[in-house]
Amino acid sequence: MELDPLVLSRLQFALTVGFHFLFPPLTIGLAWLLVIVEWLGWKRNDEDYVRAGKFFAKILGVTFAVGVATGIVMEFQFGTNWARYSEFVGDIFGAPLAAEAVLAFFLESTFLALYLFGRHRVSKAVHWLSILMVAVGSTLSAFWIIVANSWQQTPAGYAIRGGRAELVDFWAAVFNSSTPHRFFHTMVACLVAGAFLMAGISAYLVLKNRSVEVARKTLKIALIFGFVVSVMALFPSGHHHAKQVAEDNPEKFAAMEGLIHGQSRAPMVVVGKPNGEPPTMEFVVEIPGLLSWMAFGDVDAPVQGVEDFRREGWPTPPLVPTFLSFHAMVGLGLLFIGLTGLGVLLLLRRRLDQSRWYLKLLLWSIPLPLVACELGWIVAEVGRQPWVVYRVLKTADAFSTNVSGGEILFSIVAFGFIYLALGALYLLILARKVQHGPEPQTPKEHE
Amino acid sequence: MDLNTVWFLLIGVLLVGYAVLDGFDLGVGVLHLFAKDEHERRIHLNAIGPVWDGNEVWLLTAGGAMFAAFPVVYATVFSGFYLAFMLLLFALIFRAVSLEFRGQFENPRWRSFWDWAFGVGSLLPAVLYGVAIGNVMRGLPIAADGSLNVSLFALLNPYALLIGVLSLAMFVMHGAAFLAVRTDGELRERMARTTRAAWTVVVVLYVTATLATFFVSPLPLKAVVASPALWLLLVVLTAAIVYIPVSNRAGKLLPAFLASAAAIASLVGLMGLSLYPRMVPSTVDSAYHLTIYNASSTPRTLTVMLIIALVGMPLVIAYTAFVYKVFMGKVVLDQDSY
Repeated sequence: MELDPLVLSRLQFALTVGFHFLFPPLTIGLAWLLVIVEWLGWKRNDEDYVRAGKFFAKILGVTFAVGVATGIVMEFQFGTNWARYSEFVGDIFGAPLAAEAVLAFFLESTFLALYLFGRHRVSKAVHWLSILMVAVGSTLSAFWIIVANSWQQTPAGYAIRGGRAELVDFWAAVFNSSTPHRFFHTMVACLVAGAFLMAGISAYLVLKNRSVEVARKTLKIALIFGFVVSVMALFPSGHHHAKQVAEDNPEKFAAMEGLIHGQSRAPMVVVGKPNGEPPTMEFVVEIPGLLSWMAFGDVDAPVQGVEDFRREGWPTPPLVPTFLSFHAMVGLGLLFIGLTGLGVLLLLRRRLDQSRWYLKLLLWSIPLPLVACELGWIVAEVGRQPWVVYRVLKTADAFSTNVSGGEILFSIVAFGFIYLALGALYLLILARKVQHGPEPQTPKEHE
Repeated sequence: MDLNTVWFLLIGVLLVGYAVLDGFDLGVGVLHLFAKDEHERRIHLNAIGPVWDGNEVWLLTAGGAMFAAFPVVYATVFSGFYLAFMLLLFALIFRAVSLEFRGQFENPRWRSFWDWAFGVGSLLPAVLYGVAIGNVMRGLPIAADGSLNVSLFALLNPYALLIGVLSLAMFVMHGAAFLAVRTDGELRERMARTTRAAWTVVVVLYVTATLATFFVSPLPLKAVVASPALWLLLVVLTAAIVYIPVSNRAGKLLPAFLASAAAIASLVGLMGLSLYPRMVPSTVDSAYHLTIYNASSTPRTLTVMLIIALVGMPLVIAYTAFVYKVFMGKVVLDQDSY
C-alpha cells in the first residue's frame, strides 16, 4: 500500500487544526464576556456576578488548557510536515507567528494565571485587569495567526527571489487585502461561540432551578451580546468579507457560491446540489441577479464561474465541500440571529423563564457556532486549493519530502486517539462543572 | 555585530529563558512521581500551577523566532526529527492537560492516571531536549541539498542519550531547588537533600559529557578554548555549579535555586555559543553546515523581528515578574488551587 505523504500531511493538518479550533473561539468569546461579567461584579458590588465570574472562570481555565495543548502542535507542524512551505514562505510567514508568541501568548497565559488563581491575592481592579488582558491577549493571538493565514490567501508585500518569497513591505504583507475582513469575521464568530456557550449553560441552570439568580443575569448578557454579534457576523462582516473574496479570490467565490457558468446578472444559489463532472447544479433554488448585486453592487456586473477558470487553465477548488460548507455556514449564521433574536424578544416580554422549550433549544445549540466556525474554515482553506499560497505555491509542492508516509500515518493515528480522548474528557469535565453550577451564595452574616 | 548574530543570540536567550523557567516545571513534574501522598502531590502541582503556562510560552517563542529568523533550520530540523518532535508534542499535551484534568474528579484511579501522565509528560521532554541538543552538537547528516534524513533510532545514539540524561538530571535538580524554596518543614528538607543528590548526578554526567564531546565532536570544545567570552561562561558555570551545594548546605535555598538557574543558563549558553556561527553542523561535509548566514531570513525580516522583540520582550519580563511576585512565597493550597 502506497502511503502518500502529501495526502497524509494534509489530513493531519486538517484534523489537528480542526480540533484545535474548537477551543480558541470558546476561550476568546468567554474571555470578553467575562470582562463584562467581572466588571459588573466589581463596579456594582454584585455577588451574583462575582459568583458567575468564578463559575465561568473554571470553564475558561479547562478550555484554555486544551487550546494551548492542541495549539503547540500547530506551531510545530509547519516545520515537521510542511518543510518546503516553511522554507519558501519563512521570511514572511514566520514573523507573524513569532509576534503571536511575544505579543499575545505571553500576555494571555501570564494573566490567565492571575485571573484563575489570584482573585484573593490582588485588588479587584488588578483582578479585572487580568481578565481584560486575557481577552486582549487571545484577540491579539487571533490577529497574528489570521495575518499569517491571510497572507496565504491574498499574498502581498513580497517578491520571489532565490526560489523563495522574500519580504519587501512588512505593513503591506501584514495588512494584505484579506486580513482586516478575516480578522473581524473570525473575531465576531468567536464572540458568537462564547455567547452561545454562556447562554446555553445559563439556560441549563435556569431549567434545573440551580443558582437561578446568577443564571438569569448571565443569560441576559449572553443573549443580548449574542444577538448583536450574530447580526454583525452576517452584516457588515460576512457580507463585506464575501465581497472581498469575490474581488481577490474569484475561484473560491465561484465555488462557494456555486456559480458554474460566469455571467452578468449572476444568480445567488440559495440551495443546490453540485453534481457530476463537468459540474451542474441540481435541485437549485436561486435568486437571479442577486449575486452580481451583492458581490459588486451592480446587477449587470459579470461574475466569473467555475467553468471560466477551467477554460482559462486556472485550477479551481473542490466544488462540493466548498459550496456545501459555505451554504451550511450561512444557514447557521441566519439561525443564530433568529435564535438570539427570539431570546431577546422573550426577555423583553419577561417570558424567558417560562419558555422551557426555548431554554432547552439554547442548551442544545451550544456546539452550533463551533460547527459554523469549522465550516467557515473549510471554505477558506479547501476553497484555496490547490494553492497553499494563492497563485504562488501549490500545496503539492509544499510538504516535507524527508518524512515518510509511514511516519505520518503513525502520528495521525496517535493524534486521533489522543484528541478523541481529550475531546471526550473535556466534555465530561465541562458537563460536571455545569451540573455542579456556581458556588452557593455566602450566607448573610447578622452582626 | 550583524543582524544574523543578534538573532542567534536572541534565540539563545529565548532557549535559556525556557530552560531556566520551564526547566523547574519539568523537574517538579518528574519529582511529582515520587511524592508521598495526595497533599504533597498537590503542593508540587500548585508550586508551578500559576506559572507553568507562561513558562512554556518561551518554547513557543523560540520556535516562532526560529521559523522567522532561520526558516531553513526550522524546516530542516523539525522535519528531520519528525518522530522525536511528535513524541515531544504528545508529552507536552499530556503535561498541559493533566494539570487541569487531575483535580476534576475525586476518583483515585483518575488522579493516579493523570499523576502518571503529568510525570511522564514532564520527564520525556526533559530527556528529548537533551537528545536534540546532543544530536545538534554531534552534527547531523545534512546533504548537499540541505535535506536531513535521520531515523528516530539514529537520534537515540549513546552520546545524545547521555546529554538527554544530563538534561533530565539538571531539570530535576532545578525543580527540587525550586520546591525547596517554596515549601516548609519535612518536604523542604527532603527537597534540599534531593537537590544535592541530583547535583552529584549532574556533575558526574557533565564531566562524562564533556569528555565524550571531545571524542564525538571536538569542534565545540575547541571553540570554547579559543574564545574569551566562552571562557567567561565556563567560569560562571563552574562557580554556579560549585555554589549550589555550598549554599544549599548553608540553608540558603533561594541563592541555591538562583545558582541552579545560572548553571543551566551558562551551560545552554556555552553549548549554543560553541557552535557559532553554525546552527546545525553537517557530518557529511562542512560546506553543508546550516549557519546563521545560509539558513536565515532577509535583513528586512530580521530587522522587523528585532523591533517586535525589543518592544515585546521588556513588557513580557515586566508583567511576568509582577505575576511571579504575586504567587511566589510558600505554596498555599486554597479554594482556587489544583
